[in-house]
Amino acid sequence: MYWNREMECMPAEERKKLQLERLRELVRRVYENVPHYQRVLREAGLRPGDVKSLDDLAHLPFTAKDDLRRTYPFGLFATSLANTVRVHASSGTTGKPVVVGYTRKDIDTWSEVMARTLMCAGVKDDDIIQIAYGYGLFTGGLGVHYGAEKVGATVVPISVGNTKRQIMLMEDFGTTALACTPSYALHLSEVLEETGTDRSRIRLRVGVFGAEPWSPQMAREIEKKLNVVAIDIFGLSEIIGPGVASECLYNTGLHIFDDHFLPEVIDPATGAQLPPGEEGELVITTLTKEAFPLIRYRTRDIATLHVEPCPCGRTHVRMSKVMGRTDDMLIIRGVNVFPSQIESVLLEIGHAEPHYLLVVDRKGPLDHLEVWVEVSERFFRDEVRHLESLGKTIKREIEGTLGIGVEVKLVEPKTIERSQGKAKRVVDKRDLPGKNKPQEG
Amino acid sequence: MWVKQISIFLENKSGRLAAVARLLADNGFNIRALSIADTSDFGILRLIVNDPARAYQVLKDAGFTVSETEVLAVEVPDRPGGLAGVLDLLHDTGINIEYLYAFVSKSAGNALVLLKVEDLERAVEVLGANGVTVQDYNIVHQI
Repeated sequence: MYWNREMECMPAEERKKLQLERLRELVRRVYENVPHYQRVLREAGLRPGDVKSLDDLAHLPFTAKDDLRRTYPFGLFATSLANTVRVHASSGTTGKPVVVGYTRKDIDTWSEVMARTLMCAGVKDDDIIQIAYGYGLFTGGLGVHYGAEKVGATVVPISVGNTKRQIMLMEDFGTTALACTPSYALHLSEVLEETGTDRSRIRLRVGVFGAEPWSPQMAREIEKKLNVVAIDIFGLSEIIGPGVASECLYNTGLHIFDDHFLPEVIDPATGAQLPPGEEGELVITTLTKEAFPLIRYRTRDIATLHVEPCPCGRTHVRMSKVMGRTDDMLIIRGVNVFPSQIESVLLEIGHAEPHYLLVVDRKGPLDHLEVWVEVSERFFRDEVRHLESLGKTIKREIEGTLGIGVEVKLVEPKTIERSQGKAKRVVDKRDLPGKNKPQEG
Repeated sequence: MWVKQISIFLENKSGRLAAVARLLADNGFNIRALSIADTSDFGILRLIVNDPARAYQVLKDAGFTVSETEVLAVEVPDRPGGLAGVLDLLHDTGINIEYLYAFVSKSAGNALVLLKVEDLERAVEVLGANGVTVQDYNIVHQI
């Protein structure tokens, strides 16, 4: 069950040769075409020809999310817009969005790695796959879509939401595979239960779930409730979208398609490479991307790498499930949320140095975000309606910024714990793997 | 003329009201009148005490969110229709009442009602012109 046996099962040594060849070509290309890379490589005293072995990767400069924002919208593109056939973008909730571009060949590469992902999950041409990831600037929907068409599955491009309709089509079409976020999968299972759907009419066999962190326990729960095999897929729009890595049916971690995406794990504090098995920040170099290539992109995701062979026969390096983040980003219902966004909203409404706390929990299958805001004397008025309207304003502004619903709770001063060092802005009550690890040490 | 009311922001959780009452008691304040406006998440406690300026400081020092509001202490005839008459006067002149609550008074005769209105001066004028007494700050806080 491979999409591309040659690449997926290539002996490690042979792949290293291919990776080196592609890395050298990549460095040459960005040096010639991307002013940012020419500058940072020069500053590091490097010329393209200096990359002689894969070990030289460690000498190349990192690319950070800030570099992407600073060059908004097209500053890191390595091809002209004439050759760029598609752009996607992040939601831009921390300011300007991150814009990524694809050439025709990039779309082919993306379809290829998504086809591999789907084959990892056992999805092939006789499957009917319902794609309930959002379609649009978000990479989830279209990314899975192209891969699914490539393997020849019958695609139902329903996008996210309208759960009852999802269930109706699932019954009527005999959908066998589902692609969506894990929290939406759980939500679907609950609606299935509520509506008393005849389960014999649901033929779902497998789910490819990603775009948010989820625990193995949650995977087991989804498997039980939906009666599917739950496959964890990994990707990020900066690298390509979904299709960077995928679990196979042997459940041994996520195969990183490392003929396209060269992974490293580093110590986030020192930047030093860490050996397999050690936990650190995942860094990825896009070996083959044309329009939007990245060298040593710091994903801020915490994971470990594994090199032992997998019984499935694929020889890729594997990554663990993402164990946390190096920054304080939260992923809520698939949306990236930074505490600093809430802070800017509060400051804009007119409260200097606001004290606030984000309390995240799961209500049923869905993430729920409560924002606690301390009522200071400066904006306390004697009238209930004044405070209620203040609460509503804060809620509206935050929702407008994040694009997700929140609850705002006005609390007394000093309710929110003051800390000596970094303020504790988040209480995450969700059962996610290692969600607070980076903050704790 | 204006009576100084202390307003305190309280979260809707057990023990908060008791904490305020205890703090005031320990500092020798006498609560003359109080009301609570509440929602599901929070409440606003409104108090008339002797020495409101010091009470404000004590509460603030204890970390409460406090504000001072000026209200009217209006004498209402202690008989059926007494309150209605006063409210009619204000309504007829287009003065909106934000809220009101009753004052606990040992003096016989008239009842005292605390009124929060937008335009205090005009309310006093209207009430005075119609023979309604608005109690003085000193009298109310010293009762």
